Amino acid sequence: MIEATGIKEIIKPENLAYRKTDIMTDNILSYCPGCGHGTAHRILAEVIDEEELQSQTIGVSPVGCSVMMYNYLDVDIQQAAHGRAPAVATAIKRLMPEKFVFTYQGDGDLAAIGTAETIHACNRGENILIIFINNGIYGMTGGQMAPTTLPGMKSSTSPFGRDVKTMGNPLKMTDIVATLPGTYYVTRQSVHTPANVRKTKKAIRKAVQYQKLDKGTCFIEIVANCPSGWKMTPVQSNKWMEETMFPFYPLGDLKTPEE
Amino acid sequence: MEKELRLMKGNEAVAEAAIRAGTDGYFGYPITPQSEILEYLMEANPGETTGMVVLQAESEIAAINMVYGGAACGKKVMTSSSSPGISLKQEGISYIAGAELPCLIVNVVRAGPGLGAIQPAQSDYFQSVKGGGHGDYHLIVLAPSSVQEMADFVELGFELAFKYRNPVMMLSDGAIGQMMEKVYLSPQKERSSDSPLWATTGKPASRPRNFITSLDLDPYGQEVFNNKLQAKYAEIREKEVRYEEFLCEDAEYLLVAYGTSARVSQKAVQILRGEGIKVGLLRPITLFPFPTKRIYELAGKVKGMLSVEMSAGQMVEDVLLAVNGKVPVKHFGRLGGIVTTPEEVVENLKSKIIGG
Repeated sequence: MIEATGIKEIIKPENLAYRKTDIMTDNILSYCPGCGHGTAHRILAEVIDEEELQSQTIGVSPVGCSVMMYNYLDVDIQQAAHGRAPAVATAIKRLMPEKFVFTYQGDGDLAAIGTAETIHACNRGENILIIFINNGIYGMTGGQMAPTTLPGMKSSTSPFGRDVKTMGNPLKMTDIVATLPGTYYVTRQSVHTPANVRKTKKAIRKAVQYQKLDKGTCFIEIVANCPSGWKMTPVQSNKWMEETMFPFYPLGDLKTPEE
Repeated sequence: MEKELRLMKGNEAVAEAAIRAGTDGYFGYPITPQSEILEYLMEANPGETTGMVVLQAESEIAAINMVYGGAACGKKVMTSSSSPGISLKQEGISYIAGAELPCLIVNVVRAGPGLGAIQPAQSDYFQSVKGGGHGDYHLIVLAPSSVQEMADFVELGFELAFKYRNPVMMLSDGAIGQMMEKVYLSPQKERSSDSPLWATTGKPASRPRNFITSLDLDPYGQEVFNNKLQAKYAEIREKEVRYEEFLCEDAEYLLVAYGTSARVSQKAVQILRGEGIKVGLLRPITLFPFPTKRIYELAGKVKGMLSVEMSAGQMVEDVLLAVNGKVPVKHFGRLGGIVTTPEEVVENLKSKIIGG
């Protein structure tokens, strides 16, 4: 068959336009179709691959949809208790300062139960990268209200929409950590279009360089969609994200190094 | 090399012993009556000498999770606290047990429940030996009864923790932590540069990635893992029981006590012996594993036992299980941070066991 179609002639290194990075394993992702986690994982894996960091990397996965990140990324990973990833990463980096250490956390993990660990790791200026996936909802437990759920937004625990009078306001953790002297680079990105994927990948690459230079905490928020939790198709969810999430969580750098 | 003789508080002895044992990291948070551990380490500044990391965390919760992170890198890491703080750490301790990570946790016990009192107590026995957090797990629990043992059990604790990939708790109390005694300190050990094979240290091409987790969503897999843990605890019960006996050979009555209560009970034995009453003392050094077999043997020789503990009666349950109805067993202990006196022990043995 291969002979007949001439595919063998095409599969040559010089013809390679794109390949899956070896840092992504062949395990089937547990993420829902259209969810941003897969893309976020892939670009992180690509940076680790391109920067030849596999042997230097220790990641920390949260409790949430990405709890089993260790099944998907071919690097050493610790799975942390809910919200505690920045504390876990603090010790890893302090004990092995030459390693590249990152956490990968959702909004429930980072901005609700882990608020203290997030703020204090950033305030100490721990030389780690925190990747914060914000989809405004608790995904893994089935779509409950998160600290980042928008005013009026429906979830299984705010079935009539988030009433800020009784349920509080969404917390902009990225804006908060940007005010702390310990953070060096704070940015908010997305991975829903090829252009945004490129920008986010660039941000991760910058964070890797800053960590090598011992500059302090780098914090990358990725505003992401949750088609299942939002009860939308992937396409609808991306449109809704642009129209509703981005005005509240505007994309762009919140803190950049003084050149 | 010879050991160095110093006069120290129990808490200071733990801190100095930790530096000398080649500990890689200490993560703590202030709470009375154990703050001297963190203070001593900050003052000693071992980062400049051995390279040991000492960090004051934002909470007990952060501190135990820092221990998780360090332990998962195969490092010798520890934390310390007192009762309310240890309660806060329980989720992290359960994760550490579930991920089979070695570490040392020091609890300088104060009275509870709640904020309780800052004076010494032994009311965290159940929490320490029966698990403490969620799930079926055990810590190896070492109970020092002197400043010397607070120092010695740092190294022993790490040895057992790494041998079994299991968290070890040193269950001290406010009296031993705060009192000053002479202590012989071991010479400085170098920090180890070796990493266990399972540790997350960055994946080289030569091995598959290492990941540390306590999660297995497959219940059959989780059951297999739980059975593996139970087999480990069975081995620990078989091999690691430690206790000390004082005048048990001809004893007609037995006191069972650990920590500060053991010191008090030893004095009580001397008073009773002076009166011609043959009393012995069994002091469990490991509370998990508990010296069940030895207590059962002694139950065949004595007429009754008094479990002395500064609690409302926690260890007495394990004594009762060990004795299995052979002889009467009663409990005595003061509560709320009051240290039991030898005279009270004498009186209670007489009224509850000898005359009872």
